[in-house]
Amino acid sequence: MARSPKTAAKAKTPAKSSTAKSSKKGASPDDLRHYYREMLLIRRFEEKAGQLYGMGLIGGFCHLYIGQEAVVVGMQAAAQPQDTVITSYRDHGHMLACGMDPKGVMAELTGRRGGYSRGKGGSMHMFSREKNFFGGHGIVGAQVPLGTGLAFAHKYKGDGGVCMAYFGDGAINQGQVYESFNMAAIWNLPVIYVIENNKYGMGTSIERTSKTADLHTRGLAHGIEGVAVDGMDVIAVHAAAEKALKQCREGKGPVILEMKTYRYRGHSMSDPAKYRTKEEVQKVRREHDPIDTLAHKLLEAKIVSEDDLKAIDKEVKALANEAAEFAQQSPEPDPSELWTDVLVDA
Amino acid sequence: MATQVLLPALSPTMTEGKIAKWLKKEGDTVASGDVLLEIETDKATMEVEAVDEGILGKILVPDGTDGVAVNTPIAVIVEEGESVSDADSAPAPAPAAAAPEPVAETPAAPSPATAVAPAAATVAAEPDYTGAMKTMTVREALNAALAEEMRRDENVYLMGEEVAQYQGAYKISQGLLDEFGEKRVIDTPITEQGFAGMAVGSAFLELKPVVEFMTFNFAMQAIDQIINSAAKTLYMSGGQMGCPIVFRGPNGAAARVGAQHSQCYASWYAHCPGLKVVSPWSAADAKGLLKSAIRDPNPVIFLENEILYGQSFEVPDDEEWTLPIGKAKIERPGKDVTLVAFSIAVGICMEAAEKLAAEGIDAEVINLRTVRPIDVETLVASVKKTNRIVTVEEGWPTCGIGAEINQLIMEHAFDDLDAPPTRVSGADVPMPYAANLEALALPKAHNVVEAAKAVCYA
Repeated sequence: MARSPKTAAKAKTPAKSSTAKSSKKGASPDDLRHYYREMLLIRRFEEKAGQLYGMGLIGGFCHLYIGQEAVVVGMQAAAQPQDTVITSYRDHGHMLACGMDPKGVMAELTGRRGGYSRGKGGSMHMFSREKNFFGGHGIVGAQVPLGTGLAFAHKYKGDGGVCMAYFGDGAINQGQVYESFNMAAIWNLPVIYVIENNKYGMGTSIERTSKTADLHTRGLAHGIEGVAVDGMDVIAVHAAAEKALKQCREGKGPVILEMKTYRYRGHSMSDPAKYRTKEEVQKVRREHDPIDTLAHKLLEAKIVSEDDLKAIDKEVKALANEAAEFAQQSPEPDPSELWTDVLVDA
Repeated sequence: MATQVLLPALSPTMTEGKIAKWLKKEGDTVASGDVLLEIETDKATMEVEAVDEGILGKILVPDGTDGVAVNTPIAVIVEEGESVSDADSAPAPAPAAAAPEPVAETPAAPSPATAVAPAAATVAAEPDYTGAMKTMTVREALNAALAEEMRRDENVYLMGEEVAQYQGAYKISQGLLDEFGEKRVIDTPITEQGFAGMAVGSAFLELKPVVEFMTFNFAMQAIDQIINSAAKTLYMSGGQMGCPIVFRGPNGAAARVGAQHSQCYASWYAHCPGLKVVSPWSAADAKGLLKSAIRDPNPVIFLENEILYGQSFEVPDDEEWTLPIGKAKIERPGKDVTLVAFSIAVGICMEAAEKLAAEGIDAEVINLRTVRPIDVETLVASVKKTNRIVTVEEGWPTCGIGAEINQLIMEHAFDDLDAPPTRVSGADVPMPYAANLEALALPKAHNVVEAAKAVCYA
C-alpha cells in the first residue's frame, strides 16, 4: 500500500478512460472558501459523532467519513436542486453536503425524536425527501440499483435531474452494481456512479479483492466512460463533477467517477484497523489531507488569512457542538412511534 | 479549562474495558488525533485518540487496570499554563451527564413481551355490485387491470423480462406496448435484483412501477431489494418516503417444471411488515385486487398462479370496480366446517365442498384473497359458526400460511373450537418432476375432504 491517492490518480488508464485534473479556472475564491467550510464542518461533525459514540450516546454501528470529505463536497457543490443523492451507510458527510441540518443528523445518530427519521433509522438509514437525499442504505451495493432507479425516474419525468449514486470499493464486486451499469447504459440514464475508493472494504484491501486497482474501468464492458479523480483534491473533484453532470444532462449518461480517497478512521467505531500501518495513515494525513491541502492553497493565494481559517473552524465547531447538544436534549421517540410508518394509510 | 477523558465505548456491545497501556505520560502535550492510550475491549485492542488539545495533566486509571466501566474518567487534560492540581476538580464533560439509560431500562418503552400492536384499521367491505358482468379469463382480467390503471395514471409503468415486444412470457401484458409505448412498457435484461432495485428507486421519486417477475421463483434473486429497500424504507425514514410499487407474477407450482420453478412464496413475504401480500383466485379477484394494488401507496406483492391464467370467471364490467386489500370473501357459505384457502387452493376447496355436501357436510369456503394483512374478522366469524377449521395451501406446511391462520384462530376463537385446527398443504419436499410424484406432492380435493371429515368426526 505504497501509493498515495495523488499518484494513483495519475496512474495510466485504459484508452477510453481519462484522468480529471484540477481546473485552473473554475472555482472562485468564494467557492473555495465554501468548499473549505463544508469539508471542515463534516470533519468536526464526525469528530463529535466519534466522541458521542465513545460516551455511549450513539449505539450500534457508526461509520465515519473523516478523510473523504473532498469527495462529497466537490460533487455536491456542482449539483443543482433537482438532482438526487443516494449512498451507503458511511453517509453523514453526504447529508451535510446535501444541506441537511447537522442537528437533525446528530439527533438521528443518538436515536432521538429530533432526528431526520425520528430516531427510527439510525446512522445507516437516514433520509431527507426535502433535500433529495435518498439514504443512507445498510446493504453493501443495494443503493446502486436504487440510484439507477432515481435516474430512471428523472428521465421518465423529464425533470432534468441527475442522480449521484455513491458507493465504495467494497461494493464494486457486488453483482447488482453491474446489473445497474448495464441498464443505465442501455437506457442512457442520467446517473453518476461515484466510486469512493478508500482502498479498504472493511478490513480487506482493494489489492486483495480486485485484479486491478483502477475501478473506473469497471464500466467499460458496458460502454460507460470512467474517470479517475484525485478524491483528496476538492477542486479536482468539483471539476470532474461539473463535466459529468453536463454529460448526464445532455443525455450522454451514465458516467463513472472513481474517487481515489482514504479513510483515516476504522471501518466502523469498533474496528482496530490492524490491516494497515499507522505510518500509512499518517502519511496520507500529512501529505494529502483534503482540508489541509486546500488551506495551504487558500493561504498561498492570499484568499484567506490564518485568522479567517480560525474563524471558520470556530463557526463549524460551534455547529457541531450545537448539534451534539440538540442530539442529547431531544427526547427519545414516543413509545407509540414503534407502530407508526409501517404502511401508508391507503 | 481542564476536561476529563472518559473511557469510551468502542463497540456496540462494550460496557467495560481494560487500560492496556498509556502511550502518553503525564505532562505530555497532546494534539487532537494523538493516540493517548490502548484499551482492550470485548472485541479487540483499540487506540483511543485525544479529542481536545492540551497537556495530559493526570492519569487517573493506570496501565493494566481491568474492568473499567465505560464513561469512567481515566485522565484529565489541562490547558497550557493551567495547574495540574486543577485537574482534581475538573468537571466531567457535560454530555456524559446526559447519557441516557440503556434502552431496556427506559421505563416508558414497552417491553417486547407486552408491546401489543394497535388494532388493525377496519377494511371496508367489498362494495355491492349489481351492474353488468362479463366472462373473462384470469389472464384477460390481469391485462385489463393493467391497461385501465395505466390509462388512469401516467406514473404507472410496467417493467420486466419479455413484457413488451414478446407481449409477456404468459401474455399478461399483451397489447400494452402498442397502447402505451416503450417508455411505459419496458423490457429488461435478465437481471432481477437490478431491475427490482431500480423500480424501487423510481418509486422513491413517486413513480408507480409494476414489476413483473416471469415467475416468483426468480424473485429470490431480488428479495433483498423487496424487503430491505421496498418494505423498510417508510419506517426507516420516519414516514418521509413510501414505495408505491407492485411486484407481480406467477407463484407456486405450475406443471412438471420441477423443484426450482414450483414454490409458493406466500409465507415468505407475508412474514414481513411493510408489505401487503395479495393472492387472487378468480378473474374478478385478479382484476379488482390488481387495480387496488396499483393504487395502493405501499409495496404490494401480487402472487398469481399460472394454472389459473386460462380459467374463466364472471367479472364486473366496470372500470371503476375494485376490491379492498385485506378483505376475504366467503365463496360458499356453510355451517359445519370452515375451509380457508388462497389462490388455486380455493378451487380445490370448492371441489371438496361439493363432495362433502354429497356426504351431508355443509362446508363454508373462505377465499382469503390477501395473506397480509389476514382478514381475521371474517375467519373468526366463520369459526364461531362452524366450530371447525381446515386451512388449505399448496406451499410447505412449516411456518406456512395455515400455521399462521390456525394460531390466529386459537388466539381469537379457542373456546369456539370443537376440533383441533387442521392444515392441508403441499408435501414438505422440493417439488418432484415425475408426474405421479408431483401429483402426490400437491393437495387435492380428496385430501381436503378427509381433513374436513376428520375435524367433523364424520
